[in-house]
Amino acid sequence: MTATSDHPTSTDVPSNGLSRRSFLKWSAAAGGGVALASGTNQLGLLPGSGLWASEDEDGGLETRWSACVVNCGSCCPLRMQVAGGRVVRVLPDDTGDDELGSQQIRACVRGLSYRQRMYSPDRLKVPMKRVGKRGAGEWEEISWEQAYDEIAEAVQRIIDEYGNEAIYLNYGTGTIRGTIAKSWPPAITPIARLMNTVGGYLNHYADYSTAQIQGAVAYHYGGWIGANSLDDAKSANLQVLFGNNPLETRMSGGGEAFVTQRTREQSKVRTIVIDPRYSETALGVADEWVPLRPGTDAALVAGMAHVMVSEDLHDQEFLDSHCQGFDEDHMPEDVPEGSSYVAYLMGEGPDGVEKTPEWAASITGVPADTIVRLAREIATTKPTYINQGWGPQRHANGENQARAIFTLVAMTGNIGIRGGSTGEREGSYGLPMANPYASENPVETSIPVFAWTDAVEKGPEMTATNAGVQGADRLEVPIKMIWNYAGNALTNQHGDINRTIELLEDDSKCEMIVVIDTRMTVSARYADILLPDAMNAEQLDLVAQGSAGNMGYTILGDQVVEPPFECKTVYEMCSEIAKRLGTEEDFTEGRTQEEWVRHILDASREDIPDLPSFEELKEMGVWRDPNPPEVGYVPLEDFRADPEEHPLPTPSGKIEIFSTELWEMAETWELPEGDRITALPEHLDTWEGPAEARERDDHPLQCIGHHYKQRTHSTYGNLPWLEEAHPQIVWMNPVDAEERGIGNDDTVEVFNERGRIRLPARVTVRIAPGVVSVPQGAWFTPNEQGVDVGGSVNTLTSWRQSPIHKGNAQHTTLVQIARA
Amino acid sequence: MAVTLGFYFDQTLCNGCKACQIACKDKHDTAIGVNWRRVAEYGGGTWQITGDTFSPNIFANYLTMACNHCDDAVCVDVCPTTAMHQREDGVVVVDDDLCVGCRYCEWSCPYSAPQYDAETGRMSKCDLCTDYREAGLDPACVAACPSRALDWGPIDELREQYGDVAGIAPLPDPSVTRPNLVIKPHHSAEPVGAATGAITNPREV
Ligand code: SF4
Repeated sequence: MTATSDHPTSTDVPSNGLSRRSFLKWSAAAGGGVALASGTNQLGLLPGSGLWASEDEDGGLETRWSACVVNCGSCCPLRMQVAGGRVVRVLPDDTGDDELGSQQIRACVRGLSYRQRMYSPDRLKVPMKRVGKRGAGEWEEISWEQAYDEIAEAVQRIIDEYGNEAIYLNYGTGTIRGTIAKSWPPAITPIARLMNTVGGYLNHYADYSTAQIQGAVAYHYGGWIGANSLDDAKSANLQVLFGNNPLETRMSGGGEAFVTQRTREQSKVRTIVIDPRYSETALGVADEWVPLRPGTDAALVAGMAHVMVSEDLHDQEFLDSHCQGFDEDHMPEDVPEGSSYVAYLMGEGPDGVEKTPEWAASITGVPADTIVRLAREIATTKPTYINQGWGPQRHANGENQARAIFTLVAMTGNIGIRGGSTGEREGSYGLPMANPYASENPVETSIPVFAWTDAVEKGPEMTATNAGVQGADRLEVPIKMIWNYAGNALTNQHGDINRTIELLEDDSKCEMIVVIDTRMTVSARYADILLPDAMNAEQLDLVAQGSAGNMGYTILGDQVVEPPFECKTVYEMCSEIAKRLGTEEDFTEGRTQEEWVRHILDASREDIPDLPSFEELKEMGVWRDPNPPEVGYVPLEDFRADPEEHPLPTPSGKIEIFSTELWEMAETWELPEGDRITALPEHLDTWEGPAEARERDDHPLQCIGHHYKQRTHSTYGNLPWLEEAHPQIVWMNPVDAEERGIGNDDTVEVFNERGRIRLPARVTVRIAPGVVSVPQGAWFTPNEQGVDVGGSVNTLTSWRQSPIHKGNAQHTTLVQIARA
Repeated sequence: MAVTLGFYFDQTLCNGCKACQIACKDKHDTAIGVNWRRVAEYGGGTWQITGDTFSPNIFANYLTMACNHCDDAVCVDVCPTTAMHQREDGVVVVDDDLCVGCRYCEWSCPYSAPQYDAETGRMSKCDLCTDYREAGLDPACVAACPSRALDWGPIDELREQYGDVAGIAPLPDPSVTRPNLVIKPHHSAEPVGAATGAITNPREV
């Protein structure tokens, strides 16, 4: 509601005689509301006025299909109403229904704001070249010809001088669901396709979402298995979600949020959410919320496992036949006694500490009697559906955190059955679309996704055993050129933004940065050449589905309107650059973007015979696979039935609770002081972990960064509609707020030795004491004093990596908070 | 007498995403600060800290609110120019030609439904998407809700189907304006008047 200074102030009662105060409960709470900008119509930039004024608005409305293609995990069709060549309204899907398997895929608050993102004043309009210091914001407009020429020259020069390995494709997920205009996975982007025509580029492995859990599955299961889809929780009698929050992260009303809600509504499956925050998922579907300190899931699991072993509640039979390393009788050869998980639990391992519920309570914050009760319930309820989101693993001890949760599922024998899981994140049904557009990278060397700043700084010092380099023993050269397409991990989404910027400002290190984006993001500020991209609704593309439980679907995203200003498609940009490198034919294979889309559809029809034709799909927008499997996806069914016949790709062929490879790596890898690799999924106290928090007076609060409704990572940031609906705030518990004299909505500063942000406090009982959460993805906006008034959590996070997969440990951060 | 229309809100499904608010904004092009639909977060409770451990005894829920097209529409009563009026179907609308923007309706409405538009100098508000309904479509917020938490229709039918809860904290007692609203409360919802919680996102509503 609008609370402005000229709001009537009289306490006189209206003519109906009711005292205003007697019934203004609802509005009373707005008494402290800010005066909203009632004089400025922020929508002046939307079609019909200002910069974007359309000359030929004739009032005729046409509706065309597009989609929201960002990286939330969902993917929603959008119906765009067009008048006079402008999008004037964005409507949700109106096909499908409210049943699981054929659900209407209703866009969330972000997708519905697409029009404002499209017509935002942040849109890039013409190619630009940096003229001042990198990042200083001084630009010169250049022609497309000049841009293409200079980029092609730079690519050629860097290949000649340093080799292809010096050219890096940075992680970016701003345009993730398309096929031709696609920024992730890196290997199937148009930039990769372009670079592959001239000898390739330096790879990275894993991603900012899942780096540690990918490192965990590799050793525990031998690779990514997936988990039962969320709708399969209907077959369970208990659902346990560790740090998984689909109602906020995968918020589509057709994707996992809808699937979770519907499944719970229909099956009434009892649900426990384990999370430092009372997340939207806890609020929406949980019967019980178990808050714990961030980074302590493995300790909680150990405490519960101790109860199960002590009370003989675990599934010994499954552990005997399917797992390595649970007890001393199932160990690989040449491993000393006391190396099993049971030994670890019972204090018979090297640390000699028994992992009692009391031990776990002091680490996690969860009372011991709660741990005992949970252990009994989880062990004795069959089947129990256990899964984890990406929160537990985004820590300095993230690989072990993820593996501990897998171990809990093995101990309770819930793997490979309906209503059970693998303990990984939910799987979903996906259409087996063909991708003839993909090509192969001749360069095999690969670095951890989060290690690119190291590769810029000290490339050849990075080896397989000190930095996780794969495909080669070491890096030959530092990164000298970065392509940054539809991504913000060049700065905003990486750790320690201030340090990252300092690195980028030195253009003797990374010599060339090309940014392709639709708007002036924080990362775009650090480009040498900046190319204005067309949004997905401004080009034709095939949009593969997002995660939606047991439903397969695909969308043909039309070119709803022409690209504005001088914006061009990434396909055209790459074709033109390829032309200058002499490889245009290799890149395009003689096809236009539309011809590629038709070609891919035709190729996909071989495996999906019912897939409609291009024309049909264009008309219908969304096509749902009428033949998905009857039940939710159940991975490892065959392994469960016969582990000898269907072994896992681990050294033992079994689930490795004790990982032979990690055991070896613990001996051979060089780690920073204090870091440890363990063969078992032990709880590790790490740098800036919960134990350190309680010892430090300067930075006593653990800071995490939850995914927020305002944005998908940083996409959809900086839009007035969404900033009004979901302003950037830092969550803190009233106990911590009171100690610091902080009230709800007070402006505060959150800081540590790496940086300082300023934003309002949300004093809320919905977060554990000692923990604060700065929703990740806000746009870094330093003021003159260097305080980030945009409130980006990565102003506070670090470059330090997890030990195994060298992942981004962005939830392992200590801070202090004070009133601003 | 035409049927009286109202909204239904299933609070058990609301995750506070505000797709309803944005769908409304996108359709009606309302300015920043003018929201015909808003979503409050309501909650309370305490934490018990014992040594190294903590236990929550807390609750939270969301409440989306537009105009309830009340039977006793106080906004209509207080309007000095008769600009604010109620149509036959119960829908409360502003007559732009008569509105002088005095904001008494905004002040009187316990749901803060009428919103002052500084651009036009007049009041603006939810009309249950009259144009959409005439075209056989659902109001924008109802069609957009990802959780299917919203519905609309003749209030008698809504009450028959969903019951007759029309007020929970932090809303006013329904006897004040007799709103055409039916709520299926969240498990943590508190009754009107017996409230121990507070709105936690006051700046957003
Ligand atoms: S952000 Fe995700 S859930 Fe929201 S509209 Fe886009 S794809 Fe759908």
